[in-house]
Amino acid sequence: MAEQNIILPAGSLETKTTTLNVGPTHPATHGVFQNIMELDGERVVSTEQTVGYIHRAFEKLAERRPLYQVTPITDRLNYCSSPINNMGWHLTCEKMLGVKTPKRVDYLRIIIMELARISDHLICNSIVGVDTGAYTGFLYVMQYRELIYEIYEEVCGSRLTTNIGRIGGFERDFTPTAFEKLEKFLVEYPKVLKEFENLFARNRIFMERTIGGGAISAARALNYGFTGPNLRAAGVDYDVRVHSPYSSYEDFEFDVPVGSTGDNYDRFLVRNQEMYQSLRIIEQAYQKVQAFKGTENDVFHADVPEYYLPEKQDVYTKMEALIWHFKIVMGEIDMPKAEVYQAVEGGNGELGFYLISDGGRTPYRLHFRRPCFIYYQAYEELIKGGMLSDAIVTMSSLNLIAGELDA
Amino acid sequence: MALTNETITSRLQEKFGAEISGIEETYGMLSFEAPKALNLKVLQFLYDDPQLGFQFLTDLCAVHYPDQVGRELAVVYHLHNLADNVRIRFKVFTSVQEPDVFTATQLFSSANWMERETYDFYGVNFVGHPNLKRILNVDEMDYFPLRKEFPLEDQTRVDKDDQMFGRG
Repeated sequence: MAEQNIILPAGSLETKTTTLNVGPTHPATHGVFQNIMELDGERVVSTEQTVGYIHRAFEKLAERRPLYQVTPITDRLNYCSSPINNMGWHLTCEKMLGVKTPKRVDYLRIIIMELARISDHLICNSIVGVDTGAYTGFLYVMQYRELIYEIYEEVCGSRLTTNIGRIGGFERDFTPTAFEKLEKFLVEYPKVLKEFENLFARNRIFMERTIGGGAISAARALNYGFTGPNLRAAGVDYDVRVHSPYSSYEDFEFDVPVGSTGDNYDRFLVRNQEMYQSLRIIEQAYQKVQAFKGTENDVFHADVPEYYLPEKQDVYTKMEALIWHFKIVMGEIDMPKAEVYQAVEGGNGELGFYLISDGGRTPYRLHFRRPCFIYYQAYEELIKGGMLSDAIVTMSSLNLIAGELDA
Repeated sequence: MALTNETITSRLQEKFGAEISGIEETYGMLSFEAPKALNLKVLQFLYDDPQLGFQFLTDLCAVHYPDQVGRELAVVYHLHNLADNVRIRFKVFTSVQEPDVFTATQLFSSANWMERETYDFYGVNFVGHPNLKRILNVDEMDYFPLRKEFPLEDQTRVDKDDQMFGRG
């Protein structure tokens, strides 16, 4: 018999648990997540998350940037729904500056934000599908995320890192093509969503894989600072859109779906239902937008000359517009002294902006409350004692976005 | 009866008297501060009091004010009462030489990483924290990068006259 050449690490025969390094770039983790897991067979004994692999010091960068130069930074937080981040940032600025936006702007913003929410949930839910072994759903719904991206493109010119909107409104009005695409989406998407739901929601294999995995009680979820669909899946009906309405969310009729067990299956169902609710909101918002008549129908921004870029034609022909253009682009306008906290309901929870201004041209301090940074710390508690394969599903069902996590 | 900022203030002053200072209301949110030795007592009181019930820690971060001698670092807690839907902001100040503040991890599990982040960027030493080490930056780093003594742009540049832009 040939001699064995396997060299075992010292003491490995005595050690009952195995240390497994999942990540930083593991094919089963969607993003840069490292977990050093202690495994007993296939069961997770403990894990330590390492975060910060794509940390880009956004909070520091923001301290040297005028307001508009911060918007592209917010794109790169939760990049699955960057319009929500952009709008959240603009709302923060508007709150600080005391800008009141016209209703039409609010409704157009809501259309964009809810589209972003749909695309965010769509990715998350279809990735849960991929991790449980069903690739079809993911490929199928990509087509409709593409349609959402085309709408962004019509409105702001870019797709993923959108930099959409301005303080006080939008950079330009929605084009007829944007509305056409929106109508197409509203007609076609509900059927696709239904089909997507049918693939998973009562699928025996999917249910077996997700029910009971990564469960958390409402009390623990609150203590861990869960927000968004993850908290609602645990049975707490906290939604920033309802609790502290922004951008005229109070004008809309929608339900807040809640789960009960806080497990992977409930998180899936809550997100799925939220997409239907988002569709409801978009439909209402679109009707409201269409109801505007006359000059009201052309409004797409508030009148804030200090912060809203003037028309390009005016910049070339009028002195005052040229001055404003220069001052805005160079960021030479001093902000008022203020301390503001503004939260929006992001794709994965309460996205907060804590802005302190000392009256200068840049924020004195800007802190992002990133929902997934806060709830990712519960990961160990969620997966302890479960199977390694469930830990992977739990990770994707939490909707962790590396860009937001590491800021 | 809805919980108002006045009620919160009077409840706090009943309990802590003159220790609660800096009470102001900015953009509708009540903000106040307490001595750093009392931070846990105040948080616990806000948590336990049946009328107040601030049981959700929304956010925890720090701010550096290099000009305020003896109280350079502020630790800011954003708390939320979900039942009455009221948010408050609570601050404790500490000197940068002795940045020791009690940890809130016993009260809020969510404070764990937020305190690590605050330590990582500002060097606030959270006394009693179970695992106070750097989280987003590399472990070998030996400074606290979000403090104001680290400006972003190279301040020695001479090719750019900032006076032209009124920055000075």
